Amino acid sequence: MKRPGRRGTQLACLFLLGCLLFNFPMLALFNVPAKILGLPVLYAYVFTVWLLLIVLLAVVMERKD
Amino acid sequence: MLEGWVIVGASFAYIGLLFAIAFYADRRADAGRSVIANPWIYSLSLAVYATAWTFYGSVGRAASDGVGFLPIYIGPTLMIVLWWLVVRKMIRIAKLNRTTSLADFVAARYGRSALIGGLVTVIAVIGILPYISLQLKAISTSFQILMEYPQIVMPAKAGALSVMQDTAFYVALFLAMFTIAFGTRQLDAAERHEGMVAAIAFESIVKLVAFLAVGVFVTFVMYDGPGDIFERAARRPDLAALMTPFGGAAGGYASWVWLTVLSMMAIMFLPRQFQVAVIENVDERHVKRAMWVFPLYMLAINLFVLPIAIGGLLHFPDNVDADTFVLTLPMARGNEALALLVFIGGLSAATGMVIVETIALSTMVCNDLVMPLVLRLRKYRLAERDLSTLLLDIRRAAIVAILMMGYFYYLLAGEAYALVSIGLISFSAVAQFGPVMIGGLYWKGATRAGALTGLTAGFLVWTYTLLLPAFAKSGWLGFGIEFLERGPFGIELLRPTQLFGLTGLDQITHAMIWSFIANVGLYIGVSVLGRQSAAEHAQATLFVDVYKQTGERGLQWRGTASASSLQTLLGRFQGPARAAELFSAYARERGLKSVEELEGDAELVRYAELQLAGTIGAASARAMVATVAQEDPLGIDEVMTILDEASQVIAYSHRLEDQQRELEAATSELKAANDRLKELDRMKDDFISTVTHELRTPLTSIRAFSEILHDNPDLDAAERQRFLGLVIKESERLTRLINQVLDLAKIESGLALWNTGELDLREIVVDAVNATSPLFRSKGVAIETAMPALVPAVVADRDRLTQVLLNLLSNAVKFCPAGTGRVQVRLAADIGGVLVEVRDNGPGISPEHQAMIFEKFRQVGDTLTQKPSGTGLGLSICRRIIGHFGGRLWVESAPGRGSVFSFVLPCPTAS
Repeated sequence: MKRPGRRGTQLACLFLLGCLLFNFPMLALFNVPAKILGLPVLYAYVFTVWLLLIVLLAVVMERKD
Repeated sequence: MLEGWVIVGASFAYIGLLFAIAFYADRRADAGRSVIANPWIYSLSLAVYATAWTFYGSVGRAASDGVGFLPIYIGPTLMIVLWWLVVRKMIRIAKLNRTTSLADFVAARYGRSALIGGLVTVIAVIGILPYISLQLKAISTSFQILMEYPQIVMPAKAGALSVMQDTAFYVALFLAMFTIAFGTRQLDAAERHEGMVAAIAFESIVKLVAFLAVGVFVTFVMYDGPGDIFERAARRPDLAALMTPFGGAAGGYASWVWLTVLSMMAIMFLPRQFQVAVIENVDERHVKRAMWVFPLYMLAINLFVLPIAIGGLLHFPDNVDADTFVLTLPMARGNEALALLVFIGGLSAATGMVIVETIALSTMVCNDLVMPLVLRLRKYRLAERDLSTLLLDIRRAAIVAILMMGYFYYLLAGEAYALVSIGLISFSAVAQFGPVMIGGLYWKGATRAGALTGLTAGFLVWTYTLLLPAFAKSGWLGFGIEFLERGPFGIELLRPTQLFGLTGLDQITHAMIWSFIANVGLYIGVSVLGRQSAAEHAQATLFVDVYKQTGERGLQWRGTASASSLQTLLGRFQGPARAAELFSAYARERGLKSVEELEGDAELVRYAELQLAGTIGAASARAMVATVAQEDPLGIDEVMTILDEASQVIAYSHRLEDQQRELEAATSELKAANDRLKELDRMKDDFISTVTHELRTPLTSIRAFSEILHDNPDLDAAERQRFLGLVIKESERLTRLINQVLDLAKIESGLALWNTGELDLREIVVDAVNATSPLFRSKGVAIETAMPALVPAVVADRDRLTQVLLNLLSNAVKFCPAGTGRVQVRLAADIGGVLVEVRDNGPGISPEHQAMIFEKFRQVGDTLTQKPSGTGLGLSICRRIIGHFGGRLWVESAPGRGSVFSFVLPCPTAS
């Protein structure tokens, strides 16, 4: 089988990171009735992680090989 | 301002704009300047994922589940992380195979099976119907709500009105016409729709702008920013609960996880997503940018969902459906322009989905369901008619049928669920493609039978646990709620929503667990237990190892057909003009002047099949080509090549064996060379010791006689004379010996000087005989010569050749008996050369000695008892001289019968 290469490895790690952060028990940590900067923590957490994932993805994909 | 005609007019203006964009993009594509060939358009076209479900339904879901609507978008984001590995591979495969749809792709993977293609099509069509009904529901609902402006009234239930009064019915009809106009204007060899993609990308911008506009309006105009909204929500216990939707138990997380998995499948295997991501892809590098742009799009369009949902819940009493908040909030504030923009945004979300989905489905229905059946009818196979209009008609009919079925699903089950729940039923259906698709890409061992049973089982479980309950809730099909509560025939274990007593999960999670167990279990189980046919394995290898393919395809069609029959066949599906164009393009590529020169070889058959596959799908193309091409049975060599893994291993072991053999050969050569070196070394030692020995013998004699003369000065004169004669003779022998050793060394080292020229051998023979005649006379040996009047000239060195003859003659006289000796010299023209024979009637040479006499210092006879009468180098030198001129020197002899020494020299004129 073809070896995934450097970018492939980075993507696989990113995927696993996303699976971890968008899952129990990480979500349970933020499933509390508290607020941060006026936003519910769960809402803030999900969107922050989401944005982080997209930024990392953009870095990995747009970087020259 | 928001009267009916304004809404309808705006809708038609918007649709007209879409047509204009599509038309422009198609024109540009025809001119070879594609507008969609850039990663931004590709990313936006992927956003066809966001439908009316996203536009209206997410808010509805958020109003009851808080962030629970997000897995539908987080799942795709996670999946997209792997797109560079997975979707790029699918694009590569689809391009190589000219795949036209998802069904075509799966069918091609599992041995170009028409059965699998048909099954996938059926699952896709039935599975997608709820999804299409969702769009119809959204358009008609939003239209009816907007029509009631300034009142906010929830529309009548579906089915409450007759079909003729139902807005949804007209919406379905209108969308059917619209899609037909968009998608089936022409038959494309690659089944790509540039105009459609451009329009879809535009629609993605419209719906995003509309949604962001309403989000900003609700958050910042109606309320004082997100902080204000969440602050108000926290004060109401029912809304505060939305901020922590998972509750205390882990059950809520299971639902989240399964929704994520479901959406991961959906983003790849929804027919429309496969269409835009794979089929319509222009360049696989576009995937790179889309991988982060598309998730960013999803994030943006979801950012305001929760604020809008809470804003709606805060603003409206219970009588307004949360699915309509996006529209009803601007209406409530009297913002007509925004309400119209929202309506158009919702329209764009719904039309985008319907257009691409129905085009993808109609292609499947045509290529993988209807065509295989049509082609079975002999009259269509044999009739020399143009099938391209038939193909288009089938697609148009399929589009109308799909939309009508979607409408009837809406009538039957549309009211029982919220938008998102309807969509999730469809997601669960297409998720059944996940195992066979992913498995097909990475697992060569997956078989057709495994895919068939897995898909069927997964689909049946889906039907039983999701589709039937949806019908049952609407009271259709004769069985009602008691079927859900008590199970079929009162068997509680088989209750569709609590199968085998599994409770505590939501309906989708429940259905996904059971259908995936059935699907994946049977897919893997049957594949592992069964066997693949050779053709199946070839296709599997083609898919799994697509990056290893260099240029053309792995397994070629092994048959031949006439070029004209192939062109006629292609013409029947794509029109004769297009077929002629394709064939002449192919001929030009091959450097041929015209189509007539084309040979119907395997490559051309393959080319025609690929073109055909672009129109009617892989399975049907195979079947059609089979009607005009004869396929040769697979030879054992091909089978070995197909069994790539095995063959690779075999190739490797062959190579290993070869290398081992080479190594062994090299070793034995080295050994031989070493032996030879040792032999040469030994021979050199022998030679030196022989030479010194040979030199010592005459030296010893000379010294002995000299001492006698020295010690006996009174020796009588005669005696003294005799001894001096012996000294001279031995000195001469010594000189001769040294000369010959030097001579030999020169010849052997290649330093000897040769004066080569054309010679007449007769002169040399005569010279040599004359020179040795005193010898013959003194020993009383007769000499005869026999020469033809003319012999061909040879190229050689005169002196050297004379030397050879002198040597042979002196040897002959030496071994002839005195008095009765007879030596004959014969010269004759031989084949390709001149033969010289020297025959004597001496004692002869025994066969075991015959080879030895040509070696250095070898003399026949006992050297201990007989005094050697020569140096032992003469014949050795002779053989080398003759060899130098390309000739051969040998001896024929037997003891008692004399000897014949012969040599042949080649002559240039004779050859």
